[in-house]
Amino acid sequence: MNTYLQLSEVSIDFPTPKGPFRALDKINLDIVKGEFVSLIGHSGCGKSTVLNIVAGLHQATYGGVLLEGREVNSPGAERAVVFQNHSLLPWLTAYENVELAVKQVFKRTKSKAEMRAWIEHNLELVHMTHAMDKRPDEISGGMKQRVGIARALAMEPKVLLMDEPFGALDALTRAHLQDSLMEIHRDLGNTVIMITHDVDEAVLLSDRIVMMTNGPAATVGEILAIDLPRPRQRVELSDDAHYNHLRHEVLAFLYERQRKVEDFSAAKKARDRATDAPSGRSACAV
Amino acid sequence: MNTLSLSQLRRNPARLIPGPARLQSLAMALMLPAAGLLIFLFIWHSAANMIDTSLGKFPGPAQVWEQSVNLAAEHSAERQRAHDFHERQALRNAERLAADPAAMVEIRPYTGKPTFFDQIGTSLVTVLSGFILASIIAIPLGILIGLNQTIYIAINPLIQLFKPVSPLAWLPLVTMVVSAVYVTNDPLFSKSFLNSMFTVLLCCLWPTVINTAVGVANVSKDLLNVSHVLQLNALTHVFKIVLPSALPLMFTGLRLSLGIAWMVLIAAEMLAQNPGLGKFVWDEFQNGSSNSLGRIMVAVLVIGFIGFLLDRTMLLLQRRVSWDKNAILR
Ligand SMILES: Nc1ncnc2c1ncn2[C@@H]1O[C@H](COP(=O)(O)OP(=O)(O)OP(=O)(O)O)[C@@H](O)[C@H]1O
Ligand SMILES: [Mg+2]
Repeated sequence: MNTYLQLSEVSIDFPTPKGPFRALDKINLDIVKGEFVSLIGHSGCGKSTVLNIVAGLHQATYGGVLLEGREVNSPGAERAVVFQNHSLLPWLTAYENVELAVKQVFKRTKSKAEMRAWIEHNLELVHMTHAMDKRPDEISGGMKQRVGIARALAMEPKVLLMDEPFGALDALTRAHLQDSLMEIHRDLGNTVIMITHDVDEAVLLSDRIVMMTNGPAATVGEILAIDLPRPRQRVELSDDAHYNHLRHEVLAFLYERQRKVEDFSAAKKARDRATDAPSGRSACAV
Repeated sequence: MNTLSLSQLRRNPARLIPGPARLQSLAMALMLPAAGLLIFLFIWHSAANMIDTSLGKFPGPAQVWEQSVNLAAEHSAERQRAHDFHERQALRNAERLAADPAAMVEIRPYTGKPTFFDQIGTSLVTVLSGFILASIIAIPLGILIGLNQTIYIAINPLIQLFKPVSPLAWLPLVTMVVSAVYVTNDPLFSKSFLNSMFTVLLCCLWPTVINTAVGVANVSKDLLNVSHVLQLNALTHVFKIVLPSALPLMFTGLRLSLGIAWMVLIAAEMLAQNPGLGKFVWDEFQNGSSNSLGRIMVAVLVIGFIGFLLDRTMLLLQRRVSWDKNAILR
């Protein structure tokens, strides 16, 4: 298959008072057009950093990101981001928040009426038409997150980057939004990278799950292909042997390796301290 | 029983505070300040009776009230004189024109002594001119140094140096510069007005500059990321992201500036003998009649009250432009 989005040897050093801090080390990942990829890993291992590098908000120190063969080195509207905490402008209504993005992307190609229709269409996609004239502080957390998704979708991005988009939501809202996201992905065929902490969510939504190892110097640990047929129904799947097998695989992978590696890393750390040798890598947990 | 009363409450939230209690809290809101005022007046009255100055007893509330009535009367008398003067002049000119249609008639302005109310007007115009001009300079400057770390590092020492300078130190310099630079035969503004205004301007720039800069520099990282991903241009970035974020701190700065402007103006007017409330106070002090202290006290109260009104006006303006109508402003 031909690669659409390619991360090759992506490494990043953050400057700290104690010298450079290697957060990511040699991340390699090839993503196909229209693919839905989940990043899963221990808190602080560097998932957001990977996403920010793809978004162009951070610069890789070594290696780089190619989108359709062109290097990514600054933010751009073709790589829309759904931020972890929605990041809507609090002084604009839901409609105006989406409008700001639409005006940026389509100011030359769409007329005023077309833009209006397009904004409303995208709010419709996330079922937010009824509250489009409300400001963020007047709507619930789930609604804010939906507006954030509508804003990103309305930019017709080549790649949709989502940083724990449903992390702060209750289970019901989360399930509802996951279903909407599957629908949207089916209809629009966006390429998606989504960070998540939720194994069920990762298995339900993804084509592949990318497991990251623990930081510092985190990298890709293992990649699990999810070959479940679409459309996927959460209730049916919960009784599906293959689904449960995949889910088990992720969990086992995370928790078994995690436990093994934690002992390993603790022992190794002690040894490192004694010998002052460079530290080894360890797998991440959820 | 419990659910019933709850649903009733929900339908009518005003019931959360029972009628009598609400009345009580309203009464408290009016009674307490009134009580405070009465106690203040009583202490003022008793203290004033005990202070003997070279100009007689220190004025108590009664004398001050009497003087404020006098000042109002003097004002209407002066207005009447001006009115009469203009009428006489018009009549005289009309007679002259009737006798000789080719006669050159001249219209002279009335040159009376400015009354207390004229001085209030002068001071208000001066303070607002200085403040508005200062804001026009300070807000863009604050935005610039808030956005750009390099410019901030370059300019910050200067701001820190000039911020604490007393208006009285600026005044002689401003006066000399204005009379050297502002030379015209037909002045649109009087020099005294310009002196006071520029002194006010120089002193009230800083709070707005500093607070705007802090507000701009502290725009949330998340919103900055949104701006980057959307690739907003500089103008949209400032108007859609930076200014709304910085607005509360900007207004804090503007209110501080206006407060300083008003205090500085009175001092500058006193020192430079420029028309305004400050000059009124100084003239009364020099005058030294038995009424002077009472009249100065009237001026003191009026200065305080105008300062209060200016601040309230800014607060109203902030409510008007603020996007967050629920923010508690005080
Ligand atoms: N700007 C920065 N400067 C220095 N260190 C940073 C910076 N940003 C991130 N880091 C470090 O890089 C590592 C990865 O951070 P990152 O935010 O990517 O983690 P994450 O996997 O997204 O965690 P979480 O799941 O909690 O969101 C952390 O150790 C963090 O301290
Ligand atoms: Mg993160």
